[in-house]
Amino acid sequence: MAMRVKIGLGSCGMAAGARQTQAALDEALAAAGSTLRSERTGCIGLCFAEPLVEVVDVESGQNWFYGRVDAAAAARIATEHVLGGRVQEDLLLTSDELHFLQSQQRIALRNCGVIDPENIEHYIERGGYQALRQAVCDLTPEQIIDTVKISGLRGRGGAGFPTWFKWDACRKAEGDIKYVICNADEGDPGAFMDRSVLESDPHSVLEGMAIAARAIGSSQGVIYVRAEYPLSIHRLELAMQAARERGFLGQNIFGSGWDFDIYIKAGAGAFVCGEETALLASLEGERGMPRLKPPFPAQKGFWQRPSNINNVETFANVTWIINNGGEAFAAMGTETSKGTKVFALAGKIKRGGLVEVPMGITLREVIFDIGGGIKGDGEFKAVQMGGPSGGCIPASLLDTPVDYESISQTGAIMGSGGMIIMDEGTCMVDMARFFLDFTQKESCGKCIHCRIGTKRMLEILERITRGEGKPGDVELLQDLGRQIQAGSLCGLGASAPNPALSTIRYFANEYRAHIEEHKCPSHSCRPLLQYHIKPEKCRGCSLCARKCPVGAISGELREVFVIDMDKCIKCGNCAASCRFDAVEVL
Amino acid sequence: MTNIAAEIDLQPLESVLAACAAKPGSLITILQQTQELYGYLPRPALAEISRATGITPAKVLGVASFYTQFRLEPVGRYLIMLCQGTACHVNGAESISAVISEELGIADGQTTADGLFTLKHVACLGCCSLAPAMMINGEVYGNLTASSVRQVLHDLAAKEAE
Repeated sequence: MAMRVKIGLGSCGMAAGARQTQAALDEALAAAGSTLRSERTGCIGLCFAEPLVEVVDVESGQNWFYGRVDAAAAARIATEHVLGGRVQEDLLLTSDELHFLQSQQRIALRNCGVIDPENIEHYIERGGYQALRQAVCDLTPEQIIDTVKISGLRGRGGAGFPTWFKWDACRKAEGDIKYVICNADEGDPGAFMDRSVLESDPHSVLEGMAIAARAIGSSQGVIYVRAEYPLSIHRLELAMQAARERGFLGQNIFGSGWDFDIYIKAGAGAFVCGEETALLASLEGERGMPRLKPPFPAQKGFWQRPSNINNVETFANVTWIINNGGEAFAAMGTETSKGTKVFALAGKIKRGGLVEVPMGITLREVIFDIGGGIKGDGEFKAVQMGGPSGGCIPASLLDTPVDYESISQTGAIMGSGGMIIMDEGTCMVDMARFFLDFTQKESCGKCIHCRIGTKRMLEILERITRGEGKPGDVELLQDLGRQIQAGSLCGLGASAPNPALSTIRYFANEYRAHIEEHKCPSHSCRPLLQYHIKPEKCRGCSLCARKCPVGAISGELREVFVIDMDKCIKCGNCAASCRFDAVEVL
Repeated sequence: MTNIAAEIDLQPLESVLAACAAKPGSLITILQQTQELYGYLPRPALAEISRATGITPAKVLGVASFYTQFRLEPVGRYLIMLCQGTACHVNGAESISAVISEELGIADGQTTADGLFTLKHVACLGCCSLAPAMMINGEVYGNLTASSVRQVLHDLAAKEAE
């Protein structure tokens, strides 16, 4: 029986120990005298079950997914299943866990976790570079743009601008030199779909870029990728090299006389560079500061030349659209949001990972049906969407469909698709403080409202979470927020108040509790906590007193211990160490 | 300042400048490669970059200080990049930071006296499903707990002691 064994070697798989798993598997195969070796693949998105091993029966096509495979399990899978034909039921993913994968519709992620990202042959076997061939040999640039227009594809980086419109504007812009730029500066904390696509299927992005270049009449592409993604850069470089060798990049592509090549520019760490005019400044070696639009990049972009900037996921979709037609893509999704969207599920969720679903399904379906709901026994409180530009959506709005307009109406934004799930242990005021801390640090400083306004908002939020909130703070935050939105040039400033405004909108009671009662209902803001030893539960073992770093707990052995709140630094050691559940947090 | 300047060997920088200095828009690339060479951006190197590219010293420093990747001070052998992304925050990155600080006696941005470790809080590393996570010299460590962080630090210190 011919078998193939695949191991997910994306960043997260490797961090979970996939390389050790691979070594153990190959060692076991070799020790048994087999010449079979495991194959590398990218991230299939089942991050919660990494390291992941897939065994495929080549003849029947049947496959088995093993999750959380450590070295010992890997050796067992190799000898028992791969060589012995005995499926190791106890190591397989449960049908519940597999449901995570089966309930998806994978377009941008179609090859992720399926092919070896470092082997161009795998990509070609799956129909790779056929779309480019068609775009170059069979279609006119107008026809390419028309197909993208029919598909209804909107930019997947956050703003959701129609892709065809940008291409068309850039095509019609005057100039002999034009640029196609891939924005891979995935900076939203909580979003990792672009990293996954770059690591797992780099060719789909290169091909999408080449198709865009053909459509707008460009010969030069640039990928602006975060320096924090070394594996993405490595795999993109390998992919570009292989594509050049096969003639998919370089000169005279498909004998058409058209040249196109791409180079990589590593970003240097600035969230604002996700904004396209800031990205352009950074590409030119400057500080990444946004400028006024118009002129739009389609008219005056990189080096003042017409430039088209799209996000990673957008390019990965383009390739599929050319292959399958605009209508097929438009058949999925809602009236205004076509196709599918990749979401990154993280936070307090049972099954965190990447999911791709048709637009229009509800948040509840994504979080509970696919993601399995809350991790542990907590209760769902909110989902944060859109990162520092977005907001928190409460449980009462879980039936909101995921499309650009519906999500915007909640006060959050679609953004790049990060969903951070929160349970009742997450404090919403602290969440707002967390994001304002982020935007305040990342503000480029050009606009006064953004530079100073976010700082002031942060100071107020810090005060509230320290228990020093004052009446009128909420109104002040709202007022400042509106002014920052109005007075900032780019999206960073215009959306920076959103996390505070949306939590005030839905969780006003938490702000009240902090300000009026000096209490954090989630028991998360440390300065507001009160520790107390319940006399009826304390057995007088003295463990808490020994664990207390400041000697705030005193008492006699076998008698009730007491915490001196004047000395207490609220580190929580006592509550964590008590074996009788006697320390309560108020 | 002059003492430090005397210790910096600018020789390795020459090939970087020879390849990139004349190319417009390559300042960030030059700074990245300079940091590769020295582990940080020494002032004399910045002056040399300014001289070779014709970009004013103020602008070179302006760009270097704008981006979080660039460091103007030397860092330890192991650079601990502790993720401060949302998922990590929700899953307790703060307590992990406290453990590292306690274990190594350094705060965010500081380096241990033996020059082995530097702790740096960084923006999201994109390993959200492994939160809390950190990256040390390119290697990602996920699902951190107080004990697993201590283990990693001990292992690295032990490796150096050998």
